[in-house]
Amino acid sequence: MEEKKLTCICCPMGCQLQVTIRDGQVEKVEGNTCKRGAEYGKKEVTNPTRIVTTTVRVHGGSLPVVPVKTASDIPKSAVMDCIRQLKEVVVEAPVYIGDVVLTEVAGTKIAVIITKNIEKLCEKQNL
Amino acid sequence: MKTTYDIVVIGGGPAGLAAACAAYDQGIQDVLILERDKELGGILNQCIHNGFGLHTFQEELTGPEYAKRYEVEAEKRKISCLLETMVLDISPEKEITALNRKDGLFTIQAKAVILAMGCRERPRGALNIPGYRPAGIYSAGTAQRLVNIEGYLPGREVVILGSGDIGLIMARRMTLEGAKVKVVAELMPYSGGLKRNIVQCLDDFGIPLKLSHTVVDIKGKERVESVTLAQVDENRKPIPGTEEEYACDTLLLSVGLIPENELSDKLGVQLHPVTGGPVVNESLETSIPGIFACGNVLHVHDLVDFVSQEATMAGTCAAAYVNAGRTEETEEIPVKCGSGVRYTVPAKIRPACMDETLPVRFRVGQVYQRASIMVRSGDTVLLRKKRPIMAPGEMETVYIKKDSLSPDNIGNDITISIEEE
Repeated sequence: MEEKKLTCICCPMGCQLQVTIRDGQVEKVEGNTCKRGAEYGKKEVTNPTRIVTTTVRVHGGSLPVVPVKTASDIPKSAVMDCIRQLKEVVVEAPVYIGDVVLTEVAGTKIAVIITKNIEKLCEKQNL
Repeated sequence: MKTTYDIVVIGGGPAGLAAACAAYDQGIQDVLILERDKELGGILNQCIHNGFGLHTFQEELTGPEYAKRYEVEAEKRKISCLLETMVLDISPEKEITALNRKDGLFTIQAKAVILAMGCRERPRGALNIPGYRPAGIYSAGTAQRLVNIEGYLPGREVVILGSGDIGLIMARRMTLEGAKVKVVAELMPYSGGLKRNIVQCLDDFGIPLKLSHTVVDIKGKERVESVTLAQVDENRKPIPGTEEEYACDTLLLSVGLIPENELSDKLGVQLHPVTGGPVVNESLETSIPGIFACGNVLHVHDLVDFVSQEATMAGTCAAAYVNAGRTEETEEIPVKCGSGVRYTVPAKIRPACMDETLPVRFRVGQVYQRASIMVRSGDTVLLRKKRPIMAPGEMETVYIKKDSLSPDNIGNDITISIEEE
């Protein structure tokens, strides 16, 4: 039997969770004050995931970088691979919220999408 | 150019945008937003992480996405905006002096003004950190702008002082960009940041958080070479012999936010000694009738959703003021801070002017577990709310019902206090 202590992040309360694992299975979650806490505790010890946000380079845009995010959460273990893969990406302006940068990132089936509109740098702005 | 407007909003961040839209929706369509940056959205534009909008949109958005939703709302209503425009002065008669490259120096007459200028980071100069003044010391928000908007990495080996949310977010951001964040030091015995950020920005990357620690020395003449931390005692004084030196090239400061009220101060609105923002009533109206305030200029928020809610209320109340042409003179009850409560917004309530329920936001002075929020007037308990945990870093809200404030119920004031069980 193994016990893991976690801080629940589902809401600002930050309940201190104690997750009991027996034979690789979550036996119980204690310390939570709502259903979401129990689900979080279970997920965080069996299949932790994160939404990754970073920036990628933009060519010819009004700004040199554009923020992006994974369209949904990816396994926590894939976060650094995701970041490394996005370091190599350069997009061509203009780009708009929701545009797909990569269709499948870091061995997942999850896309990476643009989260801010960046217009093309027009000649006028150079003056 | 047009020089009169019903409502002028100072600042085009989340507060200004929501306030302008709300005023429009209440029938005041002659609204102008003045924004000093090149684009609307304010600081949300550099907050590229997710977690915004859970309350407002029931989904997790990034900062720029959240900002865009409100920009689109403002565009739909064809609300006028002047970008790259700096407001220099607001008079009590609501004449606004501003300037920009296109129009030069100009004045605009408003019937009502909504202050939505946001806040600023506390700088190194406010901390009295000894040591040299080399390059490599940034406020966390400056570093955030450099990385997320301008595409520069401001350092490779980083120490962060202050565990406010921006400091925590930047610990992760610098790590993802390839920098080594060696430690986050926090002067207080608890973090001022959200739990979620401590878990996902520090714990996920094994970055240590040293509570009750501060910076006692910065070495390096041209560029930061090392930062020395020491533990502090209960009076927040460094304990000799606990010093630890960290070799690094960058120190980020995330040591508090201050509402940006130079304009409000010059205008003559009464400022609150604790929040640094204007003192407002239940309509979010300052001590000068027809001047309203919302968002981080009023008091620093943790969640943008609450900024948007507050700003919607300010916009609605400003529109009501313009429609009525004046502020109603009626009985006003002060909201006092009892034990454990640092401030409340609003700080006074006119029962005749409030909605059916009024959100009163406040912060506690220390961490409380299993305590109750008590709202009293005289001997009457108006409200009692149990809370499993409260912390200074997380804003609390109580909703006061209008019908609980009947004349036989209320005394000379309303007091909000924290009572431990």
